[in-house]
Formats: sequence, structure tokens, C-alpha cells
Amino acid sequence: MTDYLVPLLLLLACVMVLRKKENSHQILLQGAADGLKLLLTLVPTFVLLMTAVTALRASGAVEIIGKSLSPVFRFFGIPPETALLVLIRPFSGSAALAVGAELIAEHGVDSLIGRTVAVMLGSTETTFYTVSVYFGAAGIQKSRYTIPAALIADFTGFFIASLTVRLLM
Amino acid sequence: MLMSWIWTGMLGLSVIAALILGRGNLLAAAICQGAQAGISLAVSIGGSLCLWSGVGALMEKAGMVDKISRVMHPILHRIFPSTKRNASLSNALSANICANLLGLGNAATPMGIQAATQLSRNCNGTASDELCKLVVLNTASIQLIPATVAAVRVAHGCTTPFDILLPVWITSFCSAGAGLLATGIFRKIWRNP
Repeated sequence: MTDYLVPLLLLLACVMVLRKKENSHQILLQGAADGLKLLLTLVPTFVLLMTAVTALRASGAVEIIGKSLSPVFRFFGIPPETALLVLIRPFSGSAALAVGAELIAEHGVDSLIGRTVAVMLGSTETTFYTVSVYFGAAGIQKSRYTIPAALIADFTGFFIASLTVRLLM
Repeated sequence: MLMSWIWTGMLGLSVIAALILGRGNLLAAAICQGAQAGISLAVSIGGSLCLWSGVGALMEKAGMVDKISRVMHPILHRIFPSTKRNASLSNALSANICANLLGLGNAATPMGIQAATQLSRNCNGTASDELCKLVVLNTASIQLIPATVAAVRVAHGCTTPFDILLPVWITSFCSAGAGLLATGIFRKIWRNP
């Protein structure tokens, strides 16, 4: 059933725009062009971050981090291989994407780890960035319990991602 | 500034680990390979990124955000009681959540900030309970279609990139729920200095 969600959503958006008598093709083109601009700004970030991530892996740092954190990760049923992703996810979205893509390439896209990584990436946000954008715009200096609560949400996400992939896929 | 620390930290860790494990040659090679992998990553998700950016513009123009927003209001009144008395806050908040749901980051952030500004009135720089809730809800991704991740999966040879949808929805729902629950508990025990 979920197979049809993406095509139908696309179709629905096109039909709704056409019914308003607007040029849906032009809107799509403009949006895609904006996407290309966004991609161009992302390329340098990806180059730098992939360099750092590849360096972390080749030097053995990822193994050291994974091994030292693995008792905690195993306790919660989270694959220790995802340690770097879990650590970096709240800080940087593009770094998390770089780490995630690396993990998917190494372990295989349909492996347990590959799928867990995909679900983690799809269901969590860049917490610290979001908090700083919102509180910066609203002029808030005292965030009180926002960050601990947001980190609890993130951790629940990592935990449930590992659980659902193990049970459902 | 944060990214400078992250990048330097990643590189520093790599050098230390390479020194301990004697992997200097591997590290030097990895730095060249990694830069190339960055371009490959950008190229591999580029098409999808452009397409979904276009679809996002289309969904905005189609008025999908407004349509879903209307259904959201009763739920919002429960989570954010002050939306009952303030229609513009209620609209901004539901548009924020619906745009997030549809993956329209560009539309979600301005609406969210508008709601945050309204919630932060008369609070002298200290976040109110409802503002904390709004931000926590925004840090817990609630996205219907994780298009970027799907693109990464396709690039690595996956033929069913969207078979992660159900786990993603369950995970997002639990994560957002845990965040809201945490704000509910913290507001009772957090001491205001």
C-alpha cells in the first residue's frame, strides 16, 4: 500500500495545482532549479565531511568509538556500528548524511545496519541547529529544559529505529 | 563555528587513532578518497533533491498545507492550550507542523518562527512551557516521506527505497511522543533560577 503513496502524492499535487488553473510544470521547474542551487551549496560541505568521515573510518577511530560505546549500545539494542551516526546526528544534518551514506555503502543497503541507518536518518532532526534557529529568532536566552527533552526524543528515535527494523523488516 | 569544531574534532580523532594503530598510510589515502566520495554523494542524491524541491513547491502552491492544517487544529488545542484563544498562533503552528510533515523545510521554518515569536511575547528571554514544546516538536522530525534518505538508498542499489516508511513513521511518532512526554515531566520538576 505504501508503494502508491509517493506516486499518488505527486499526482495529487499536480491535479490540485491544475484545478487552480496554475502552471504546474513551471512551478515544478522553478522548484527543481531551486533544488539545484541548494545542491550546489551542499557539494563543498559533502566533500569536506566525507573526507573527515573516511579519515575517521580508515584510521580506526570509528572502531575505537564503536568498541568503547558498544556495551551501552548493546544494552539498548542499537547496533554499535551506528555509534558515530548517533553521536553526530544532533549536531549536523549533512555530516549525519555523510556518515549514514558511508555506513550504508559499507554494510549494504538492505542489511540490518543499512536499514537501521536509513530509518535513523529519516526519523530524527538536527536538534542543536533547530534549537538555535528557533530561540535565536524568538530572542530567547534561557532555553530551560528544551535541550534535555529534545535529546530524550532523539535517543528514543535511535532506540525505536533499531527496534522497528529488527522486528518489522 | 560549530562546524569548525566538529570538523577539527573528527580530523583530530582520526590522527590520534592512526597514531595508536599505526595506520598513517591508510589515513593519508582515505583523505583523497573521501573528497571524491563527497562529490559522489552529492551526485547520487542530486536528481532526487531537485525533483523533491520541485514537488515541494508544487505542494505549497496546491494548498496542501492549509488542507491538512484544518484537520490538525483539534490535536493542537490539546498540546498547546493557548492556541484556543489565539487564531493566528493556531494557524502558524499547524502550518509549521504540516509543512514539516510534507517535508517542506523552507515553508516550515518561517511558520514555526512566527509561532515561536508569538509564544515568546512577555517572557523576557525565558522559554515558556509551550515554546519548549514547539521547539522539541520541531527537533523530532515528523516527515511523511524521507526523500533524501530514499535517494541515498537508491544510489546504493536498493530497489525498494520506500520500504522503510512504516518503521520511519513509527519511530518519528515515538520520538515526538517521548519529547512531548519529557516536556510534560520536566515542566513540573525543572527549577526556575
